[in-house]
Amino acid sequence: MEQNNNAYTAADYKSDQPVRWCPGCGDHAILNSLHKAMATVGVPPHLTAVISGIGCSSRLPYYMNTYGFHTIHGRAAAIATGFKVANPQMTVWQISGDGDGLAIGGNHFIHAVRRNIDINMMLLNNKIYGLTKGQYSPTSARGFVSKSSPYGTVEDPFIPAELVFGARGNFFARTIDVELQISQEVLVAAARHKGASVVEILQNCVIYNNGIHNFITDREHRAERTIHLVHGEKMLFGKDKERGLVRDGFLLKAVEIGKDGYTIDDVLVHDARTPSNFLHQQLAMMDGTDLPLAIGVIRDVDSLTYNDEVERQVAEVKSSKGFDSLREMILAGETWEVK
Amino acid sequence: MTEDTSVKTLEKVVVRFSGDSGDGMQLVGNIFTNVSAGIGNQVSTFPDYPAEIRAPQGSLGGVSGFQVSVGTNVHTPGDACDVLVAMNPAALKQNCRYVKDGGVIIVDIDSFKEADLRKALFATDDPFTELGIRAQVLEVPVTALTKEALADSGLDNKSVLKCRNIFCLGLVCWLFDRPLESALHFLRKKFAKKPAIYEANAKVINAGYNYGHNIHASVSTYRIESEPARPGVYTDINGNTATAWGLIMASEKSGRPLFLGSYPITPATDILHELAKRKDVGVKAVQMEDEIAGVCSAIGASFAGNLAVTSTSGPGLALKSEGIGLAVIAELPLVVIDVQRGGPSTGLPTKTEQTDLMQALYGRNGESPVAVVAPATPTDCFTMAFEASRIAIEHMTPVILLTDAFIGNGSSAWRIPDSDEYPEIRPPYITPEHAAEISWRPYTRREDNKVRYWAIPGTPGLTHRLGGLEKDFTTGAISTDPVNHEKMVYTRREKIARIADDIPGLEIIGSGDADTLLLGWGGTYGHLRTAAHELCCEGVKVDFTHFRYINPLPANTAEVLRRYKRVIVAELNTGQFADYLQAQFPDVDIRRINKVQGQPFMVREVVDGVKAIINK
Repeated sequence: MEQNNNAYTAADYKSDQPVRWCPGCGDHAILNSLHKAMATVGVPPHLTAVISGIGCSSRLPYYMNTYGFHTIHGRAAAIATGFKVANPQMTVWQISGDGDGLAIGGNHFIHAVRRNIDINMMLLNNKIYGLTKGQYSPTSARGFVSKSSPYGTVEDPFIPAELVFGARGNFFARTIDVELQISQEVLVAAARHKGASVVEILQNCVIYNNGIHNFITDREHRAERTIHLVHGEKMLFGKDKERGLVRDGFLLKAVEIGKDGYTIDDVLVHDARTPSNFLHQQLAMMDGTDLPLAIGVIRDVDSLTYNDEVERQVAEVKSSKGFDSLREMILAGETWEVK
Repeated sequence: MTEDTSVKTLEKVVVRFSGDSGDGMQLVGNIFTNVSAGIGNQVSTFPDYPAEIRAPQGSLGGVSGFQVSVGTNVHTPGDACDVLVAMNPAALKQNCRYVKDGGVIIVDIDSFKEADLRKALFATDDPFTELGIRAQVLEVPVTALTKEALADSGLDNKSVLKCRNIFCLGLVCWLFDRPLESALHFLRKKFAKKPAIYEANAKVINAGYNYGHNIHASVSTYRIESEPARPGVYTDINGNTATAWGLIMASEKSGRPLFLGSYPITPATDILHELAKRKDVGVKAVQMEDEIAGVCSAIGASFAGNLAVTSTSGPGLALKSEGIGLAVIAELPLVVIDVQRGGPSTGLPTKTEQTDLMQALYGRNGESPVAVVAPATPTDCFTMAFEASRIAIEHMTPVILLTDAFIGNGSSAWRIPDSDEYPEIRPPYITPEHAAEISWRPYTRREDNKVRYWAIPGTPGLTHRLGGLEKDFTTGAISTDPVNHEKMVYTRREKIARIADDIPGLEIIGSGDADTLLLGWGGTYGHLRTAAHELCCEGVKVDFTHFRYINPLPANTAEVLRRYKRVIVAELNTGQFADYLQAQFPDVDIRRINKVQGQPFMVREVVDGVKAIINK
């Protein structure tokens, strides 16, 4: 893990408010990872804003010693967008859950990604509505039984990564609440990426959806069912990194190195920065069954940001045909004088 | 040139241009307005256009109109017109009822063929008799003469026909003795990038003007009086542009950058258009993905330290309700502009009403008071947009600015103010030093006006958290304490009430000793004021006052209303402001004049309404 050579420590980003999440909730670990990631990036607390919607995870701003805004259900991305355009010197974090971000706030989510506003969007995905005590969410699997789906849901879920790519996103990373190191790593990368960065965090709701990510997170199987992607490194996984991902026609295949004629040279090297999102999508859609679920930074491509382009246009228009005042601007138009 | 012509000198005249929505009626109306304002006339305009961009050609639903009054003592676009231009039978049918007795109707007789009459659902081949028209009708072969003027222009037939409106403009300019040079100047600007089209229009406007000259024996021409206006530099401005400029002035006077988060909606979109252009003075206008995102981006910009605005019309205001509530509890400055139109639902998108008053005052969950202000005229939109911004910033609250389609689209001549004619706006900043002195917390307030301080993100030492959950009065931390909640509810209410100390009182127009007070609010000012004047001329004693500050009401409201035996509230809804006043002043005898037709008042309707109430 990268050393923190900055003036700030994780403690500088913590507020004095008591944390009110349930004991055992995945949000505690995510909060700690965020504090540490912020210290690593080193943007001072007074130049940091944390903006959230409504839901368990959206309580997060109260636990930050930064500028913070706990807003209304679903609208955090829109509020964060206005904030960043208005005050671009600030580093903006936007926190949502799967209900807040992808159901009621789905429209703002995709448009913030499309617009490529330079904000860091954390999507805490526990596949349940926790604060309203246990209804299925837009990421709950078909057939999921909950208080609002007593006979199982009859609809397919969103896969957040697919939505991000559909909205032409340039940064997508995934982590798991219990993977503290990887969480820090991807949050740091998200902060450093210029443009909308989406980090999906698989998070456990200990009360209403306990164990929803067990298939992935079980210590016994985690090494085989997940792959930690790192830009420039081979796509290897397994307890001893004995397995790898290779191309199989247009698809991907998991192989064991040294078996069936596959060598380490056949294993793909992860390139998060290639503009084409073809392979990034395939990697992001792996779910831990046939192919391991990808965690780490899957896509990280530079592109023009909305806020920079607004600043550029304002500067350009002001210098070419700008005015120092409203009066000067009006007088340049159609007028007549009465003496 | 006019020596052997019958010349009438008039205080003011009203002209109404009407045709298909693709006929360019708004353009000729605007040019005629600008030319008249440029020679010292007062002007007041009323664009009356359909919701359809291009309804079927020649159909009744596709008629677009533009009415303008020019002259002296002009406060409204006029109840009825002296001259109507009707480009086709549908336009004639829809608009002949607006012509004064003794007025003139100019028609393009080339577009009154059998097929044209059928499209406008005439039963006979004599539309003038069928409609019972008594006005003087001038049958002009506009199409043929336009074609003739452009015979060797090389333009295709479609482009030639597009110049018909300009022929009529030329004719009207002759009729009212307007200088063509000035009209040519506007055309040159309009078609700066299409010199061939400009040349064609220049030819056609001359042809129209000369045609008028050549047939002058058959009609009267008019000289319109103009009175000396206050010295200064003037421009013609519509309400939506004035609104946008008032916000820019407030930004200059407060030192806070201007941010607009908006979404296109008729009839408010021109505010977005204007502010999108104004990157030349540093404005950031963002077109968001929906109305909710419009208000939410503005709330984010406000938290970030900008003068933040969202612009919309009634349906959009409904969508923004929850966001406005957030700004109420977070106590952030926010200007919400509602250019009212006919409702409910999509209603009458291009027509005017005052039916969003209750929505503005009460349309949110919880006890959620906001300030509400309403400009009286197109040019007053400048002042009241400035005022909305000033109140929002100095009192840390959302302010709803209620304009309407009539004053938003209507225009008049406006003296460009000097910067020092508007006061400095002083944001209630907190500095790190002051914060340490007073042990500042996010909801620490000034005692006098209950306003919380504004800590601008990016300032070291002032990090804080806001949110939609109820806050502790002292610490600003989340609180569910019942007594604290009630205290906060009353504090937010008191904060709005105290704005009354910071706004001007009501003024009475009239002798001051009448028994009856006629009053209105917002965009009906011109009609009501004119009605009050006409009543006085007819010997009916009525005083008049007008509300531009709706919540809180001016401090002297109770005292003023209680002076009168009866108070007549005239408004373009079913009585929302009357109800609002009656609830606060149950002892005042409040009567009502209401109209909900998507159209402004006619002065006559108000005059008759007041008489009916008084004589009952």
